[in-house]
Formats: sequence, C-alpha cells, structure tokens
Amino acid sequence: MLEFRKDLFANERDDNLNEVGKPTQRQDMAGHVTGRTPFFDDHRLDGMLHLKCVRSPHHSARIRSIDVSAAERSPGVRRILRGADVPVNLNTLLSLLAFGEDDEPSLATDQVRYKGEPVVAIIADSEREAWEAVSKVRVAYDPLPAVFDVEEALKPGAPSVNPVYTRNTFTYHDKYDHVKLRFGDVERAFQEADFVLEERYQMSPIEQAPIETNGAIAAPEVNDRYIVYTCAQGLFFSLDTTAKILDLPSNKLHFIGGTVGGGFGGKVDSLCEPLAVLGAMLTGRPVRYVLNRIEEMQVSAPRGAERHYIKDGVMRDGRIIARKMTVYFDCGAYTRLTSYGALKCVAHLPGPYTIPNVSADAYCVFTNRIPATAMRGFGVTGVDFAIECQMDKLAHLIGMDPMEFRIVNAYRDGDVKAHREHASNTALVECVQVAAEKASWPLSDAARAQSSLTGGGGERAIIPDTRLDDGGVRPAGWRPEGTLPPGTRAPSRPQVTPQPSAPRPPPIAAPQPTPASPPPAQEQVPAPAAPQTPTPPPAQSQPQSQPRYARTRFSTVFGTRRR
Amino acid sequence: MPITVRSFDRLSDATSVLSSDRAARFIAGGTLVMRDLHEGDVSVSTLVRSMDRTFAEISTTGGRIEIGAGATMAKVLANRDLAFLHPVARHVGGPAIRQMATVGGNLFAPSPYGDFATALLALDATVSLASGFSPREVPLAEFLSHRDRPGNGVVSKVSFPRPPHDAFRFRKASRVRPKGASVIAIAAVLPQSGGRISGARVAYGAMAQTPIRVPAVERALEGKTLDPSGISTAVAVAAEGLSPPTDPIATSWYRSEVAPVHLRRLLLGETG
Amino acid sequence: MPKTPVQFRINGTDKAVFADGGQSLLDVIRREVGDTAPKYGCGQGTCGACMVLIDGEPHLSCILLAEMADGRSIETASNLDQGGQIHPLQDAFMTHFAAQCGFCTPGMLMAAKALLDKVPNPTREQVIDAISDNLCRCTGYEPIINAILDAAQNPSRRSA
Repeated sequence: MLEFRKDLFANERDDNLNEVGKPTQRQDMAGHVTGRTPFFDDHRLDGMLHLKCVRSPHHSARIRSIDVSAAERSPGVRRILRGADVPVNLNTLLSLLAFGEDDEPSLATDQVRYKGEPVVAIIADSEREAWEAVSKVRVAYDPLPAVFDVEEALKPGAPSVNPVYTRNTFTYHDKYDHVKLRFGDVERAFQEADFVLEERYQMSPIEQAPIETNGAIAAPEVNDRYIVYTCAQGLFFSLDTTAKILDLPSNKLHFIGGTVGGGFGGKVDSLCEPLAVLGAMLTGRPVRYVLNRIEEMQVSAPRGAERHYIKDGVMRDGRIIARKMTVYFDCGAYTRLTSYGALKCVAHLPGPYTIPNVSADAYCVFTNRIPATAMRGFGVTGVDFAIECQMDKLAHLIGMDPMEFRIVNAYRDGDVKAHREHASNTALVECVQVAAEKASWPLSDAARAQSSLTGGGGERAIIPDTRLDDGGVRPAGWRPEGTLPPGTRAPSRPQVTPQPSAPRPPPIAAPQPTPASPPPAQEQVPAPAAPQTPTPPPAQSQPQSQPRYARTRFSTVFGTRRR
Repeated sequence: MPITVRSFDRLSDATSVLSSDRAARFIAGGTLVMRDLHEGDVSVSTLVRSMDRTFAEISTTGGRIEIGAGATMAKVLANRDLAFLHPVARHVGGPAIRQMATVGGNLFAPSPYGDFATALLALDATVSLASGFSPREVPLAEFLSHRDRPGNGVVSKVSFPRPPHDAFRFRKASRVRPKGASVIAIAAVLPQSGGRISGARVAYGAMAQTPIRVPAVERALEGKTLDPSGISTAVAVAAEGLSPPTDPIATSWYRSEVAPVHLRRLLLGETG
Repeated sequence: MPKTPVQFRINGTDKAVFADGGQSLLDVIRREVGDTAPKYGCGQGTCGACMVLIDGEPHLSCILLAEMADGRSIETASNLDQGGQIHPLQDAFMTHFAAQCGFCTPGMLMAAKALLDKVPNPTREQVIDAISDNLCRCTGYEPIINAILDAAQNPSRRSA
C-alpha cells in the first residue's frame, strides 16, 4: 500500500498541488478492463501477409551462400527479403543521437555473429506458409570461433566479434575503450585503510518477457505513406530508426502505438518495424511481423550479462575511504543500448555513498551472445546489486550493523561525490530509517538521529587531488597528465552553492571522510578548463568519415551537448 | 503443406492413420502439439483426434483402476474414488490447464513436467497401446524409456492396482507456487505390514529425462519403519547414482542436494 | 486449404465459422468472430492471456483446436460489461489498479469470473490458485488478488 511520508522533507515540497501526491485513475483503465484497448496485433487488414525470418543456428559463422530457390517456389510465398534489399543495411540505435557507429545489419549478409541473427525474411500469405518456406532456405555456413565471456573477449587473440569494433570494446568519444572515473587516490587510501575487501559479482542476462511479444503491422497508406501499428516503447525513436534504415523521409511513416503489452526495455530496439515496412513497400500489401515466444525469449534483446569487481578500503569506525571498481557489460554481438548503460553505471558510482577516493573502469564488451539492450534501470540495477552485496560483506567484516553501516556512509546534501557535483535532495538516510522501522530492525539512537539534511558539505565537499593513470586508454600518443588539481570540476557547468531550503545546523553528525591528499584551502574554485575525462593531446588524424548527424558528446552526467 | 485435422469416432481408426502418415501427430488436450505448431514446426501436417467416448473414461470398480488416456486432470479431480491422486492432479498447471491436460499427454511431457506420470510410475501402472491390429500392454517404465519412438501407437489408457489405504504419497517442490514446474517430484507407494515397509515403490520426476524409479531408496526402505532412524539409509542414498538435468528451474547439483530433504519430508509426512 | 465448419455460441450469440486446418480457437475468435479481447501471448498455454470460459470452465484458447469448441458455449472478457454497466470485477480491477499495460487483463478477468461463478466467497488461497494460469509482468499479483477478493465481498459494486 502506498504511504506518503509527508513528515519527511516537508519544507522541500509544495503540497498544494492538484495531481502530484494524490491517487488518480489511469486514462486507459476502462479500455483495459473491458478488453477494448487496441494493441497492435488487434488490427486485421485485408490481404495481410506474414513475415518470418530464417535465423542463424550458429553463434558465429561466415555465410558461404544463401539459396532461396526452393523457398521462392513454396506455396503462398509473396516476397523474400535479403540483406541487399534493405536500403541502409547497417545501423546502430543511438546513431540518432550521434553516439556510436553503425554496426548491425537488419539482415546478415556475409557473417552471423549471434545464434538467432536474421539472415533472410520470408513474406507469405499465412504464417504456416512462411514457416514452410523458412524451412526450405539453404544457408551454407562456415562456423567461426565464438566468445561468450567478457573477460575472455578482452584477451589478446580472442575472436573479434564485430568488424566495427575490432578489439571487442565500444569506443567512447572516438578514442577510449572504456569509461573511466577517477576521484582522489584509491591506491594510497587502501594503504591507510584498516581493512581492504575485494570481491567479484556477476549477473546473467535477463529477458524482459513481456506477455505481448515484439511485432509490427505495416501497410501502404495514401500519398506514398506507410501506416505502422506497433508496440514500440519509443514510437518516434522507432519511426526515425525505420526512416533511416529504409532511407525514407520520416514524414512518409505514420506510426500508431502507445499501447504496449509490456515493454520493460525490450521494445526499444525497433527490429520488426523496418522489415515490416520494407515488406509493405515491396509487396504493396499489409505485412505483419510478430515474434513468436521462442524468438521473444531467445532472439529479442535481454538485459545483458554484467561482471563487477569491487575493492573497498574501510575503517573500523565504518567509514569507507576508497572504492575501486572494474565493470564489464556484455553487449552481445551488436551495440544496441549497452554503451549507454555503461555511462549510466559510471555516473551512478560509487552508489549513494560519500567515499573520498573512487576509481572505476567500465567496459562495454562485444561477445557472440544475443545483443543486449535496455531493461529496467540497466547499467544501474546490476551494479547496485553488486554494491549492496559488498556493503553487507563490509559491515560483517568490521562487525557493524548493516543498516547503520549504510547510514554512516550515506551521502548528504552538500556532499561532493565522484561526479564532482554537489549532491542535493539526498534521502538515503531517511530511506534506511523508514525501512528499518517497517522491518522492526533495531537502530541505535545515534543512527535514528541522523538526517540527510545535516552533516553534509564542509570537508565532505572537498574535491581532492586526483591521480590519473593510463590504464585502458589506448589512443596513439596519449600520455596521462599526472594529476587533476584539487577542486577540478566538470566543464561548462555553473558552480552552484547548495542552498538548503531549511536552516541547516552545523555539520557535526556525519563522519568526516579522510581524503588521501590534504584538503585544499578553498572549497569553491572557478571552473577550470579541464574536462571530466582527461583531455588527450589533439588527435593526430580526424575520423575518416563524417557522420550524417552533428556530433555530440553524450553523457548522462553532463547531458548531451553539441560540439 | 497446410494442416489437416482428422477426427475419428474409434481410436483404432485414428491409430491406422498415424501408422501410415509420418507427418501425422495425435492431439488430445493440445498442450504439447499446439505449442509446436505455433513455433513453426512444419514436420506435422496432419492432426489426428479421437472422439471415442471410452478414450476419456475412468473406471474404479474392482481392484484395478483404469484411466482413459483422454481423461483430463479436471476429470481425475472430479472422481471421488481417485481422491488419493487429487494432490497430484492439482499440481498439474492451473485450473485452465487442468481442464485440458490429459493423463495420456502427461506421459509425453518433457522433464521437468510430467508429475502425473511420476505418480503412475510409483503406482506400477501399465500402459495400453492401441496400434493397428495388435493392442499391447507395456509396463510404464518400459514405455517411458522409448516414448518418443515413432510407431508406438496411441496410448488408450493406463491401469494400476489400487494402492493400500494411505500407502500412496506425493510431494512436489517448485520455485513458484501454486503452479510451477518441478525442481523435483516424488511419488511413493509405501505398503506396511506390522509397522514395517514391505515392497516400497518410489519414483522421481524431473530427476532424469523421464520419470524414474529409485531402486536404491526402495531397497533401503525394505523392512524399515517410517521414523527418522528407520528412513536414514534411504535418505542417505536419495540421489545416489543419479545425474539430474540442469534446466531453467534448477541445476543438476541443486536437484541432487535437495532430493534427500524432500524425500525425508515425504517419508515422515512433514509439510512445508 | 481444407476448412472445417465449426459452430459454437459465443457471448450469447450463435456463430458458424470455417476454421483453417490447425487453427486455434483463439485465432478463430480474434479473426473470424472479430473479438480481440482474448490475446495471443505465448502460444503454449503458459501465460493465460488467451483465457476464455467454455461451458463455464476456464480454457486456454491458444492451444485449443477450433474443432474442440464445436457445439459449446464460449464466453470472453468482451461479455463482462452489459448495456453500459460494467461487471463488479471490472470495477474492482479499476479501483485496485489491477491493470497496467492491460494485456493480461482480459485473461485475468475470465479466470476470476470462473472462480466467483462457482465460489462466491473465495479464500485468498483459492484466488491465488484461480489465477495461477495467468502471468502478469507489470503490476504484480497483489493488486489483482485484492481486486478479486473485493469484487467477491462487494458484488453490488458498480461504476460511479
């Protein structure tokens, strides 16, 4: 049952609102309970054809030949689609945000890189006739070595999965093979810590498993337009992706959606819409392309596998003084959205805790598994699982109550975390207190007296001297600059002094961290020119091909900015 | 080829089509066959149905119980004489599945499904096969070992001796309740004379590719009492010599680890 | 393509259709009858989105051959609201936020109706068993269970 705790942060909130904070009925509820909500597959169009795909039985293989002659003669077959029929047969979803290189074909031509990758699409009068023609397509494969583990994929000599990213790592900012986070000096802090704990965590891929499988119905409309009924989670994202792959102006596409039979991230990849529209263009008929359940489970993109190494330095009194992490995101064979998940992950580190020395390297790694994509907080949920397991182990190690241990380390308003911004509207202390209360978990008076509003800032807002290193950075000519000066902040952001809305008592309750370097004399410094990621020397050669869209830097920490 | 559905009033007519048409498959409740068709299995182009009334009949008169292969779990649950089997039938799917799933189909359910077949194995069931001119009867264990072989004919019914009062026990462990596939299913007939077990029959589901008997446990129970010390040897050998399957429900290791726990609870009549 | 004539009563109306060979009852209801309330979710009897009542008993129409419904009476979620008046179960589902994406809802409602038609005052355990053929991936099951119990306890509830 929903419970509003209006006693907490009362003066940070306007309770005089009409909708927020009050239960309200969903606008689509009446349609749901009467069974009249129109989902995409509830549209039946005259003369509708059905599309099914021939899929790779191999994790990795070269395609020697594709013979569709028997399939073409199969009863009911109207059209067979090959890679050459797709106008722009290479795409990456985030190219719409100028992030990442096009790396995935709609239909494989020379090579398959995961089991289930589509190679040929059959369009026939009935699903049964499409399946029968699928069974008659002869594809000759030469199986190739495959790699399924992120750390194996990074070893020298590992099979190269994706020709666009030959080293099996996504390329950030045109140069970097991983996302790097440095704050303070973790190595020095480990020397000073009472205990150091290093652990390994991992998570398997998770299928979103919507009850409605992915699919779309496309049909010719008037004025050379195509109407598309779809369950896409991002309707216009899907429209633009389809326009790009089919090399159509986007105003030729009329997408109808908004009713998604469960998505959870699994309906953002726009795999069905482009082929359905292409089929409608080439046959002049409505074309329905719906994944069956096995395809949904095995071929549509899941949350990817993750592996986390966490090394923490902790003091006997409960303070974590250093956290070092190496994070591997298993992207599968193609990028989809995993590269973005790795950015989200690093923006979130080291979790909702104030730790004065943090270091992290996050890799988006290509393997021959199913391409991974969005799912419910991807990039953050998995790493939180690892961090919170680690928090319990640390509490156990120093003999402290795990709830109190979290309160000791919780971030508070005014603190500066590894992203070099002031934290505001923090609420972890209160969350732990309420959770303890609900679970009848005994907390000490001291822990109960803590507040997110107090104890932050001061020494906890100091940006320490930061040691740099070149681990993982491989552009030619790159040299680490040594250190980032104390107080270095993110570029191009106004400096904001936190202004708590309530008068704040002096910060005495929260434990004070011990930065590995002596704190600088001044807390507020003008924004220097140094960016978050160490600036390399000017690139010696420009990228060979200019992308179609204006280049932007894409970061969940600092937002998207035109260069 | 498009699919043709052929319905027959007599089971023997259905079996002759099955023996002559390699693309024909028998359909009863639909829980196995329709799934394959939806997933694009084009090897089947003829579906054969039996409208034979005797196909779904249950007979409990006399010492031997006969259940038609077309009888659904709901029909088993509606039969008071089969009360000892109700806990088994209730563990097959939810209410809708139980309206459709048949006893005969359960003999073909791939692991980790097939809880009812596990119970029938413990009950020493015999499978009656209608195949062309020569109806046959084979012990269930033998049938299960080659159930996927073509040319078996159609299962017309299963029959077994009524177990002694209170001698039949069933226990299923699943990760989801009330409906969930088995981590392990255990069925046992534990006849006692003078407080000691004599001639126990124990079967596991989800511990091999098909339901299996567990002779080591049966031997260890012989002459023993159903108390913690009496069953200790049987529990110790609960997973001996088995290599259970690994599937999305559980790993082989996990199944081996929990087998003794659930066997002990079944033998001692513990709940939970 | 060989077609089979199938006759049944659906939501009180007699229908005669020609079913394609191997066509499921769900496909016939959605395509030939035009009632899209039951959904295709898994095609293997696992999710319950296709659930309909046949002679009052819950069935999974995606794995039923159309022929199996011959001569029988079918009820779908489209039949719950009558003459602008919604069914107590529908009202309770709305009140308890028992639907989010709405895809499992028609099947859930039929599972609930099958239960309440036979057991007007079910226990919580009976409700859980009754919807155990139905999967929901959005709301979780608690709001649905609460809605069914509420509808049972307040059979007179009607929409405002």
